[in-house]
Amino acid sequence: MDNELQKNGDDRSPGEPIIEITEMHKWFGDFHVLKNINLTVHKGERIIICGPSGSGKSTLIRCINRLEEHQKGRIIVDGIELTNDLKNIEKIREEVGMVFQHFNLFPHLSILENLTLGPVWVRKVPKAEAEETAMYYLEKVHIAEQALKYPGQLSGGQQQRVAIARSLCMRPKVMLFDEPTSALDPEMIKEVLDVMIDLAREGMTMIVVSHEMGFAKSAAHRVLFMDEGEILEENIPVEFFENPQHERTKLFLSQILH
Amino acid sequence: MVDSSQSMQAEQLKPPITRIGVIGWLRANLFSSVFNSVLTIVTLYFLWKIVPAFVRWAFIDSSWDTTGAACRAAGGACWSIVTKNLRFIIFGFFPYESQWRPLVAMIILFILLLLSSNRRFWKKSLGYAWLLGLFGMGLLLKGGLFGLSSVESTKWSGLPLTLLLSVFGLTAAYPLGIALALGRQSRMPAIKSLCIVYIETIRGVPLISLLFMSSVMFPLFLPEGITINNILRAQVAIILFTAAYIAEVVRGGLQAIGRGQYEAAESMGLNYYQKMRLIILPQALKIVIPPTVGILISAFKDTSLVVIIGLYDLLKTTQSTLSDPRWMGFSIEAYIFIALIYFAGCFSMSSYSRRLERELYRGN
Repeated sequence: MDNELQKNGDDRSPGEPIIEITEMHKWFGDFHVLKNINLTVHKGERIIICGPSGSGKSTLIRCINRLEEHQKGRIIVDGIELTNDLKNIEKIREEVGMVFQHFNLFPHLSILENLTLGPVWVRKVPKAEAEETAMYYLEKVHIAEQALKYPGQLSGGQQQRVAIARSLCMRPKVMLFDEPTSALDPEMIKEVLDVMIDLAREGMTMIVVSHEMGFAKSAAHRVLFMDEGEILEENIPVEFFENPQHERTKLFLSQILH
Repeated sequence: MVDSSQSMQAEQLKPPITRIGVIGWLRANLFSSVFNSVLTIVTLYFLWKIVPAFVRWAFIDSSWDTTGAACRAAGGACWSIVTKNLRFIIFGFFPYESQWRPLVAMIILFILLLLSSNRRFWKKSLGYAWLLGLFGMGLLLKGGLFGLSSVESTKWSGLPLTLLLSVFGLTAAYPLGIALALGRQSRMPAIKSLCIVYIETIRGVPLISLLFMSSVMFPLFLPEGITINNILRAQVAIILFTAAYIAEVVRGGLQAIGRGQYEAAESMGLNYYQKMRLIILPQALKIVIPPTVGILISAFKDTSLVVIIGLYDLLKTTQSTLSDPRWMGFSIEAYIFIALIYFAGCFSMSSYSRRLERELYRGN
């Protein structure tokens, strides 16, 4: 498995760019959270973003679907530029799936209803068809038997797998993962990572904020290291871990690997 | 062997028995300390003083179908004031021979409410049933069609009036309150400040003053010759008043919903209305069921304040009965009777809300 995915990483035959971020800046009040971000993500590419807390990595991916607004520079997703135009924002959000640290399932809806809500209301898919798709993806994340339960009755790992399936039901072109395993108990991390690796194997474009170095080594094409709002270093996983260039990267790696 | 017997023991241990039988229960619940024992004895003393006397007054010595004079002779409770004046208390000034009409209207209303209380019936057909029912009830009260004699709305009184004011007052105030709560959270400054001013102004004045304004001041601003029905004006005042309170309760519920729910809904591409209708409001409204029902219950009872603008609701028709010299002095019995009616209304609202909370429980 490692080899197969690694190979993809090595020969990097990038498809056309699907996300282009150029000279992007963001401030929270006076605080400069993101500084001159330049990043191009190609179709089928998988990128891991790591870095110390407060480095702006979550904020960066939240800018991609406008959960946060950037103040300077350009973000183009699937050919559409993110501006204040609500129509554009909604169009981009349809194409970009997001998985959150705290799952954010809708507690008042059953698992099945969580999965069909987006397709039915946003994509206008007929209900029966949406349910069929939902069951297909639940099967895929190995949780189909829980379809009629409510989120509150599931474990954290199960909830996160449902959240991934919920995003997939919208058939997104890009998936964003915002620290998908950091709120999970240790024994549940693997079941979520396994689902993500399956997804990677199918060629989904993924941007993952995570410190799961195992996942980065086996599934990512590129690893980005961020600190204090800047992308400090960017490399293929093997090089990144074995031969970090920047002092701060070395320090960070020594802290999380020991 | 040792292992298995140990695990058997560990599994099958029962909780230690701390109370046995009636004596044990009494000791644990009524006489567990000196203070509790004193309380128990004092309570028992008062019950012994009150209950037998009340039973004697209300049931043994009571008269049920006599004249007022006979009641006075009997000495006990005079329920005759209720039975003999029942039709006036319930229907007020509605023409005597047509009083079956408000009765049928109320039965229709109760059936519709009962159907609506079961969420399995929440389908389109129920909406049509309400439309039809509203038309039917209106026709029965107002008349003037299909050979029904026309009845002036000034003659509407008693229980039908109370129900009219409260059922429509509450059902209209609830959505208006939700809209105000959403408006208060709006990012648009004009809408936001409008809603804040509205809510704070209405909450700053008593319902009585609103009712006075609607019946005395409001007509002064209308052009000559145009009058708006007194009942309608009271109805609007009740709706506006209740909505402001509901708005604040709903706002509390909205604040209890975490940022993550908004973000999850937004990241799917749901627009504002879908997000609110499908994700945020269902959760927020569920959280605030108990305080909302509190407001609805007090609004239901507050409809009795319309007496001060001359509307004859259930409370006022009862008071009129009491001012009849033949029945003077039996106010306790009459008030107990309408208290029971109000209690039935309030209690069904609160038990319905408890049922709703159970049905909406989702293991979280």
